[in-house]
Amino acid sequence: MARRTLLAALFVTAAAGLAPAAAKEIGDPQRGAELFAEECSACHRIGPGAEHAVGPRLNGVFGRRAGSLAGFDYSRAMLRMGNEGLAWTLPTLDAYVANPRALVSGTHMSYAGLADAAARSDLLSFIRAYSDRPQDIPEAEPTARKTQPVLTEAVMALRGDSEFGEYLSAECTTCHQRDGSDLGIPSIAGWPAEDFVVAMHAYRQKLRPHPVMQMMASRLNEEEIAALAAYFAMLE
Amino acid sequence: MILTRRALIAGSAAATGLVYAPALLGQGKPRVVVIGGGAGGATVARYLAKDAAGALDVTLVEAEPAYATCFFSNLYLGGLRDFDSLVHGYDRLAAGNVTVINDLATAVDREARRVTLAGGQVLDYDRLVLSPGIDFVADSVPGWSLAAADAMPHAYKGGAQTELLKRMIQAMPQGGVFAMVAPPNPYRCPPAPYERVCMIAHLLNQTNPTAKIIILDPKEKFSKQALFEEGWGKYYNDMIQWINPEFGGADVAVRPDSMEVVIEGEVQKVDCCNVIPAQVAGGIAAKAGLTDASGWAPVHPDSMKSRVDGNIWILGDSSAQGDMPKSAFSANSQAKVAAMAIRGELIGSRVFPAKYSNSCWSLIAPEDGVKLGASYEPSGDRIASVDSFISDTGEDAALRKLTYEESFGWYAGITADIFG
Repeated sequence: MARRTLLAALFVTAAAGLAPAAAKEIGDPQRGAELFAEECSACHRIGPGAEHAVGPRLNGVFGRRAGSLAGFDYSRAMLRMGNEGLAWTLPTLDAYVANPRALVSGTHMSYAGLADAAARSDLLSFIRAYSDRPQDIPEAEPTARKTQPVLTEAVMALRGDSEFGEYLSAECTTCHQRDGSDLGIPSIAGWPAEDFVVAMHAYRQKLRPHPVMQMMASRLNEEEIAALAAYFAMLE
Repeated sequence: MILTRRALIAGSAAATGLVYAPALLGQGKPRVVVIGGGAGGATVARYLAKDAAGALDVTLVEAEPAYATCFFSNLYLGGLRDFDSLVHGYDRLAAGNVTVINDLATAVDREARRVTLAGGQVLDYDRLVLSPGIDFVADSVPGWSLAAADAMPHAYKGGAQTELLKRMIQAMPQGGVFAMVAPPNPYRCPPAPYERVCMIAHLLNQTNPTAKIIILDPKEKFSKQALFEEGWGKYYNDMIQWINPEFGGADVAVRPDSMEVVIEGEVQKVDCCNVIPAQVAGGIAAKAGLTDASGWAPVHPDSMKSRVDGNIWILGDSSAQGDMPKSAFSANSQAKVAAMAIRGELIGSRVFPAKYSNSCWSLIAPEDGVKLGASYEPSGDRIASVDSFISDTGEDAALRKLTYEESFGWYAGITADIFG
């Protein structure tokens, strides 16, 4: 496709409104509330003023270390898992609700497990609402599932498009200065495109250790990395 | 170019040069007015002017001739930065085809799409961006009002208040008591009050090592809590005491005249008191009818456009968008999405899917920095967090030193990105 035609097509897309990237909610919290009442409420309390019952209260469970609440008599198995580093996140809670004994052998929770993955998502969506809000505690567990950005075919065709790269670069230049200054944060201006691509893929695979860069790279697809590489390679 | 209020009133075309004076060349070129020259407003103005390459008429209205950042002001309190290094002018924005007006926006007529300034100037707009930061909730701390900020500073907007607080800390008697009244959620920069305490403790350690610091907190938890508490124990011994609601932190009044704080009815004499009140959107957002019952201005998550008025965008602390914390990094991130969306509407440029992020460094002590970060995407009617990380407790000194150095690099980077 000639560049002129491509750009014309893009203007049409832009005018029509490009589908935005949309994270997926964990699940349906209303259905989750019903499931909580059916499956959990015999033993667990959640919400304002919730106390321990047969099981521990579930306020603030997301992000908490397993077996760490004062005033609840946990199984030795749960205490051991907590000491080994088990923390409650969306994946670990999902696994625990699916089959408690598979994750924590010897848990006192006498629950057979919830096999339906969609039902578990709804349930956890309801429970998530009673844990820390990221706007108050930014490091709190995520509230939605990450998706790869939705890009139309026309945008996907822009491999190595430096204009797209310039837009994406706005996320980089909050820290990496366009003029190549490198006080405390390395310069990426004028980096050869090939090095750039290799480095970003290494962050995506968590081979390079920096957590900010791992997070940034993990949300970029190959076209986006190529576009960024093309843009930064152009900078003097 | 920077237009002073006087020059504008005089209608001086000569002072403004030949291009982009709205009154001269406004016809035909879409006009964007930005209110507030902080992390959100200056970024959106700069990116609009840069990326539209002359196709837009961009005006930034800011009451102060230069911007003293609130972010990094804790380092000034701790003696790790001088005050001048926090101050940024608008000359590079002005050189980049943004018309900068030093005046205060006092009213928005949404029907007529017109902004009125304190100096009497009116600005017509096709799109308006509000990035007015925060205001304080009256009476949220009984006994405190803005009139008392000379005796008990908030120091939660950069500038003179920050300098006042530092002078007061330095004037404390040996073994004196510093009290901080911490704010309830949500507020600007969640870890900032606790980093501030680290920096004040660092200062006092050198000059007033028997002083005490008490934090009166209405919250049961706060951001980076484990990291801060680890640092307080490691560097500042018994100096810092955090009083949470269980011990009266949520039942606090102040008496600025007698320098007392009243905790659950018990009077405590203090030598310096930093009151950080509850917060709402900057006043112009409410005045323009853009805020909801929460006091913040709701926006669409894919563009940062107001839910109330399709010609208006709201950025940064003032916006109610979902999971992003109120921070300079967030405002800067949101401004780039907004600039793209506004260009798309006004001049048909390409619109890519919105992505947001926030990272946040806090200093525990010199050469000991920690950080957290999260990424965000539009999800339904809100911006949702989809990933996050945070430094670990017990990290070795070399890693903490790298993080500390990185935070200085971040400050240099983001201020260059905001102000040019």
